[in-house]
Amino acid sequence: MKAAQVIMDTGAHAAALAVKSARVDVVPGYPITPQTSIMEAVAAMVENGELNARFIPVEGEHSAMAAAVAASAAGARVFTATSANGLLYMHEVLHMASGGRLPVVMCNVNRGIFAPWTLWADHQDSFAQRDTGWIQYHCSSNQEVFNTILQAFRVAEQINIPIMVNFDGFAISHCLMPLTLPPQEDIDRFLPPHEPKWRLDPAHPSSFSNVTNAAEYAPFRQMLSDDIMASIPLVKQAAQEYKDITGMWDGDTIDTYLLEDAEVVAFAVNSMAAELRLSIDILREQGIKAGLLRPRLYLPFPAEDIINALPQNAQVMVLDRNYNFGHPGGILASELKSVLFGRRNDITVKNRVMGIGGIDLPRRFMAAEIRAMMDE
Amino acid sequence: MKSVTKAYQPISWPMKGAGGDTGSWRTHRPVVDTQICTKCQLCWVYCPEAVIDRNEITIDYRYCKGCGVCATECPTGAISMEKEE
Repeated sequence: MKAAQVIMDTGAHAAALAVKSARVDVVPGYPITPQTSIMEAVAAMVENGELNARFIPVEGEHSAMAAAVAASAAGARVFTATSANGLLYMHEVLHMASGGRLPVVMCNVNRGIFAPWTLWADHQDSFAQRDTGWIQYHCSSNQEVFNTILQAFRVAEQINIPIMVNFDGFAISHCLMPLTLPPQEDIDRFLPPHEPKWRLDPAHPSSFSNVTNAAEYAPFRQMLSDDIMASIPLVKQAAQEYKDITGMWDGDTIDTYLLEDAEVVAFAVNSMAAELRLSIDILREQGIKAGLLRPRLYLPFPAEDIINALPQNAQVMVLDRNYNFGHPGGILASELKSVLFGRRNDITVKNRVMGIGGIDLPRRFMAAEIRAMMDE
Repeated sequence: MKSVTKAYQPISWPMKGAGGDTGSWRTHRPVVDTQICTKCQLCWVYCPEAVIDRNEITIDYRYCKGCGVCATECPTGAISMEKEE
């Protein structure tokens, strides 16, 4: 047994190393900040022979996802990555991947959306893709990015639904953290080669996503909706088996910190949720029974796990790094309230929007925000 | 909650009528006058739906959409477009 290797690297390179470990076959790519470092690293791996894959440089993100769809339909294991406006430009083809039931895995490095232009992180881009039929993870560390990409390929290929692995631009994508790389044979055991039940093959002509009549179309949409919900046990199984093999754990559908006896619960995703653990420590030092609930899955929204995990009579402080236009506050708060309604009437939900366009969210600031929200 | 899914993909294999009963779309039906027809097969060449029998010059009305290309291309005027009831 080879031992795991520990290195220092960025979140973007963690993603590229996961792509290599997953033995991806095809990578269509188009550069956009802050995602570009992933594609640079993957292209270099293909160029120097470390990764036996076809790298397809395309002229835009719409084409990148179209190439991903085509390669996946041909039976390849496919990865691509994007950010912000690149993700928005893909929007139409995202539906082709999910409706076509193609297990593409894509990293979206979260970045605010124009106008005006920004390069820095918020979560408007990924949350705006809620209704595309993609499963969405949100990661809070470089290690979790690496681990989640491998879990995502496994779940996507089990259930034939594409998966988006999201993490914050710069705070994760460009910052160095220790990264544990499990031995390749362990990863191969966790993620066997992709063997699709169907593929485009000139020897056995077929086509997919042809025009359907209403009686044919509706069942496909129902199956996609049902199967997205049915991915939750597969997500849990993948997290557990990854832990059994590598010893690493980032949570499954949710991740919690000091939640069991918490009276005040912070609720947030991505890098700010990692920083929030330190805010919770500050609040605990002040005598406040604070805890953290981080949805690792945003879609499907892990309703049952959230309902079961929240302590009785908790005040939940939802910290949204996005706007829910047309409503006061953010999207996560809306999702949480819709889940709790009629199920957990003991819970109070409060909401603030912060960190838009990369505004820094240090631990003391968020602890102070949560204290202020308690008095509202 | 289901733990195993059918994961159906929207796949189709080439076969007669894979696109459904497209004959129901038709407003006008091409009718071949066998007294005039010389069996030159130009209608078979031009038919975009491949519903004309090459040798008999008969039309499969279950799938013919009634586009009228055959009637336009017929050099002897043997094909007329008649309004569907």
